Amino acid sequence: MEHHPALRTVTDIDVAELPGRAVGLLRAGHRLALVAAHHDADGAPLGRALRVVHLFVSGPPDTRTELHVRLDADGPELPTLAHLSFPGGRFEREMRDLYGVVPVGHPLPHRLVRHFHWPRGWYPMSRNAGDVPPFAEPEGPYPFLEVEGDGVYEIPVGPVHAGLIEPGHFRFSVVGETIIKLKARLWFTHKGVEKLFEGRTAERGLPLAERISGDTAVGHALAYCLAVEEATGVQVPEEARRARALLLELERLHNHVADLGALCTDVGHGILGAHAQRIREGLLRLNREVTGHRLLRGGVVPGGAQLRAVPGRARMRALGDDIRSVVGLALGHTTVRDRFTGTAGLPAAAARDLGCLGYVARASGLALDARLAHPLYDYGPALEVPVHTGGDVLARFLVRAEEADTSLALVEHLAEGLDAGAWAGRPQAPGSRRGAVRAGVGIVEGWRGTITTRVEIAGGGELARVKVADPSFFNWPALPVALADTIVPDFPLANKSFNLSYAGNDL
Amino acid sequence: MAAQVAAVCAGAPLLTGMMRQVRARLEGRAGAGVGQPWRDLRKLMRKEAVTPQGTGPAFRMAPLLLVATTAVVAALVPLASTATPAGGSSDLILVVALLALGTVALALAGLDTGTAFGGMGASREMTVAALVEPTILLAVFALSMPSGSTNLAAIVSGGLRDPDRLASPAGLLATAALAVAVLAETGRLPVDNPTTHLELTMVHEAMVLEYAGPDLALVELGAQMRLAVLLGLLASLAAPWGIATTARPAAVALALLLLAVKVAVLGAVLAAAEVFWAKLRLFRVPELLAGSFLLALLAVTASYFLTGE
Repeated sequence: MEHHPALRTVTDIDVAELPGRAVGLLRAGHRLALVAAHHDADGAPLGRALRVVHLFVSGPPDTRTELHVRLDADGPELPTLAHLSFPGGRFEREMRDLYGVVPVGHPLPHRLVRHFHWPRGWYPMSRNAGDVPPFAEPEGPYPFLEVEGDGVYEIPVGPVHAGLIEPGHFRFSVVGETIIKLKARLWFTHKGVEKLFEGRTAERGLPLAERISGDTAVGHALAYCLAVEEATGVQVPEEARRARALLLELERLHNHVADLGALCTDVGHGILGAHAQRIREGLLRLNREVTGHRLLRGGVVPGGAQLRAVPGRARMRALGDDIRSVVGLALGHTTVRDRFTGTAGLPAAAARDLGCLGYVARASGLALDARLAHPLYDYGPALEVPVHTGGDVLARFLVRAEEADTSLALVEHLAEGLDAGAWAGRPQAPGSRRGAVRAGVGIVEGWRGTITTRVEIAGGGELARVKVADPSFFNWPALPVALADTIVPDFPLANKSFNLSYAGNDL
Repeated sequence: MAAQVAAVCAGAPLLTGMMRQVRARLEGRAGAGVGQPWRDLRKLMRKEAVTPQGTGPAFRMAPLLLVATTAVVAALVPLASTATPAGGSSDLILVVALLALGTVALALAGLDTGTAFGGMGASREMTVAALVEPTILLAVFALSMPSGSTNLAAIVSGGLRDPDRLASPAGLLATAALAVAVLAETGRLPVDNPTTHLELTMVHEAMVLEYAGPDLALVELGAQMRLAVLLGLLASLAAPWGIATTARPAAVALALLLLAVKVAVLGAVLAAAEVFWAKLRLFRVPELLAGSFLLALLAVTASYFLTGE
């Protein structure tokens, strides 16, 4: 069976047309998956410019539409789409902070990625950014919004936390124990990943992609590989695609099990947390047998995949029984269930407006899953996408539990007919388009949600630009919305039920 | 009496260590060993004392006050013998007041740090304390009714002489109410989670976040002693068998041994129960405590009606 990646439509448009075209696509059911800026040098077909790519996707059927606009390279300005798409507004702020592209008419033009101490006027992704300068004069104050009123007080938490978690500052405005407003200030982990990709070969880009977010090695590696393969015209063999689908489910499984246990621990029911840890350890050992790495690095490679072993049916069944028993005990415990129910509800309308993805969206009634919309393999009837409408911690717990069930069934189904081995495809017509910039897009349903990666490869075969959009980038704004009117002691539980990545958000 | 205080001081960390070990084993972990709290205390004692800038006497005094009040309570409560020099002043109301003094001292220290967590922990602790203290008072009051005295030594020796009293409806209700109150007072599940690292969910721990070194050692020792004393009090009131009624060394030694066994059993049961409990939502805690208050109130009422007075 030949597998053809979905065709991407690329349209070069004038800047002024952008909002109109965007409205059309969004009304037709597309979502804005990614916005990326590119430096076109003097030698580019259309001359020197700062080119901005808006990628709109929808599915099924898998549809990908790109709008390319070319801006003045010296003073780039862009009409904002913030009033049409909330993620669009955030992408624009990110682009402004990294490239200096001014979004004209943006309703919320605060800094986003920009660390407080980055020197004024220094944009790390611009052509002449040079070496990282020392911290300097901040670009004006950036105060928190103060909530005023009788009995309102603030609780600042972080960026350094008590547990082994990533850095983020949370500012709660509270009356009594009830949260009036939460401001999450992230962006303490800017590593310049997108910049580090530049100039690497596609092979050497893979280790970087696997490390974008440590718990999503397969998801990010796969999105990256799909994008590179589209750009280089590689046909991936059937077995390799099946192995990739298998690895993706193994990753979903160990992360969901860890979260199910952590949610129990956070309500003080330690015994289920301990058992979930035990099951997760079993899964991690299985991962090492399958790929040689506990977090599944090295399984997905550009053009193919490699498996050292295939998970056996009996072992998956035993793990599945254990997982179901932990879930059953958690849901049967009245206090645990009471703590989950109604806590930190995210209404469906808010989830839709904010552009939420993954289990956060599916727990608020949105049936979004890239395995359906942008399938990389024909999963068959074993693929079920659970959707709950509660929007609370319980719904997110249930969605995870049911997805773990589906993943177990999928792993069993995909492992049949697969043997250990390494598969790699060859470029169809090597070197035929040598010299031109080639682009590709990879869309993958990672365990947290849909990952979109867009790659441009220069004529010499080196990576010219890699833009990664982790689902956490879309889901972080939903956390404060869900927390309105939640009580402070329930915040850690609510936060864990979202379990968003800081590293994947702040590249 | 001195033996009793020494036993509480030395035994309290061991009790905590034993409870943690029971919990670890039940959860399938190896555990750190029974002596770990003592090793922690030794480590903290060797550290330099650090006080946050801007804190005043309330912050510095609180750990001492906590340990001191608990030690006095340990001396007053008839844990091993009812015939102690302090027996005459082991008044129920005095004991509850001393416990409250320790709690309030720590809450003031939490406020003194001026941090959001200190204030938050203090506010939550006072909310819980305000509901717990009346329950303890009322429960022990119900038990005191048959003895006609609020003197704890008199209540315990009354229970020794007349064991039927313990199994009466009033006695059972009061014991149940007291047990819940002890859980809340000592910050155990389901009211507070003593093992959490999540500062936003903490009650007792949030209040003492700023303590370090020897001060933290005192705070921890104080909390462990409170747990030991309250479990001991519960054991003495509900199962007073073996408590010496004289001050003879042999009888006191036997009583201390029995006390250790009783408290260890109670601690192990509590630790085992905690494995299967989860932490209540903060706003449900008052419901639980109101329930225990109701039990105590019923106990008082029952002891009036059933004794026909």
